[in-house]
Amino acid sequence: MTATLESAVPSSVDAAVTLSAVRKTFGHGPNAVTALDGVDLRVAPGEFVCLLGASGCGKSTLLNLVAGLDAPTSGSIALTTSRPAVMFQEAALMPWLTAARNVELPLRLAGVKRGARREKAGELLELVRLSEAGHKRPHELSGGMRQRVALARALASTLGSAEEGTPGLLLMDEPFAALDAITRDVLQAELVRVWRETGTAIVFVTHDVREAVRLGQRVVLLSSRPGRVVREWSTVDGDEPALVQDITSRLREVISGHAAA
Amino acid sequence: MATPQLDNDLAAVGAGLDALDAPSQEQRPSLGRRFVRTALPPLIAFALLLGVWQALWAAAFWPEYQLPSPASVWAAVAEAVETGRAFDVLWTSVHRAVLGFLTAVLIATPLGLLIAKVRVVRAAIGSLLTGLQSLPSVAWVPAGILWFGATPSTIYFVVLMGSVPSIANGLVSGVDQIPPLLPRVGQALGAGRLAAARHILLPAALPGYLAGLKQGWAFSWRSLMAAEIIATSPQLGEGLGQYLHNGSSLNDISMVIAAIFLILLVGIGIELLVFRPLERAVLRARGLSGAL
Repeated sequence: MTATLESAVPSSVDAAVTLSAVRKTFGHGPNAVTALDGVDLRVAPGEFVCLLGASGCGKSTLLNLVAGLDAPTSGSIALTTSRPAVMFQEAALMPWLTAARNVELPLRLAGVKRGARREKAGELLELVRLSEAGHKRPHELSGGMRQRVALARALASTLGSAEEGTPGLLLMDEPFAALDAITRDVLQAELVRVWRETGTAIVFVTHDVREAVRLGQRVVLLSSRPGRVVREWSTVDGDEPALVQDITSRLREVISGHAAA
Repeated sequence: MATPQLDNDLAAVGAGLDALDAPSQEQRPSLGRRFVRTALPPLIAFALLLGVWQALWAAAFWPEYQLPSPASVWAAVAEAVETGRAFDVLWTSVHRAVLGFLTAVLIATPLGLLIAKVRVVRAAIGSLLTGLQSLPSVAWVPAGILWFGATPSTIYFVVLMGSVPSIANGLVSGVDQIPPLLPRVGQALGAGRLAAARHILLPAALPGYLAGLKQGWAFSWRSLMAAEIIATSPQLGEGLGQYLHNGSSLNDISMVIAAIFLILLVGIGIELLVFRPLERAVLRARGLSGAL
């Protein structure tokens, strides 16, 4: 992976991810599009950070860079965690594998022995409350159940591939956006519970201010084209409705700035 | 903070949602009902066909040497079975077809993967392969006889030319139809190129690949018959094609129809015994059971 540990920055020791002056440009010459420009972001181990922004703020690009699926044009990304796991808007389970085998897949790719694999997958399915559904195929599960299997699989890939003790990192790209409101509400609560139980750091991308405030310990607002960090809010000690209001008005300002340009 | 009480509530709500939202399981119909639904219609169709045939023959619509009675065709089949000739003929043809088909699978699978994943290769020979698929493989028989003589090599050559394009093309379209998110997920889960091919690409392409295999088998069986009918020589032994050819030489229409019947029988038998169950298992596991 693109884990480039920088000893010159002492703060990276107590960070799960450190992005410094990350810039990402697609294309060359006059047609080049800058998706991210000078993004600095630090996520502490076990921290829950929500990235908020309108379309075109490069949220997905940012996740791809951290996941190592893509390389930044300039700047650096330092990871102190095991392989980051990614969860997408669709569950993207392998339709030919049962739920349990889907969870085992990253362990299998990491070369974990069958017995240990089964055990770990069983634990993770238990964690997302799906121990009964391990033998089912994706098409036999509801959307919410599929997304929980995907969560278990993502956890398997970040927790299972490393030796014990390394903190995990979970990158989530609007994972609940395609679900109905009731299921989304339950899954948000489940995610918070899973996060508390596993101590994994989470970077969660969303369009939804309420979701960001409800889930995150910290909300980071990104501007669009190019994506830059506009402002950060801590949600740990604040009154929620006021915070939602504050963030929403700032988000609207950022978006209406594009109408003039 | 989450208290145990809240946690239990959440678990109960989640379990309720799962019960409400999970797609209901389809009941498999009983054996008798499945028989009525799947086996009965073709049997009735076959019986009707026999009836029409018998009626046409009884009306003496065409002369006897053009339209034999069902009974005389049955007699020809029965005679071939009694003398053991039917088994020799079937064995010669079927083992050639199976060997040819398996060889074609071994050649076409890496070829298909290469075409699907390497752009230059696809640009170079992709359309050639599709073209070959529409070329009747009989067209290769004269060339094969000139190159290899009237030997088994000619027959295998024709069978390969017939089935390799189908299988390779099936695999290519199978790979093309994989949702792009799946390989990305594989990459995110830490799959290298080879592991991705083994654990994601090939299983995801399996339905298309299977369709290609099925078509490849049909083509190899067809090509084999064409080759056997045209290339006849003592050193080739007697396969179904030669049997048909002999019937034609002897002006024995019953034997000709019996041969066609046997050729059809093998085709349908392999489809029903091998490909249909395989396809059904693969599709059902993915929730794509559809009409099967």
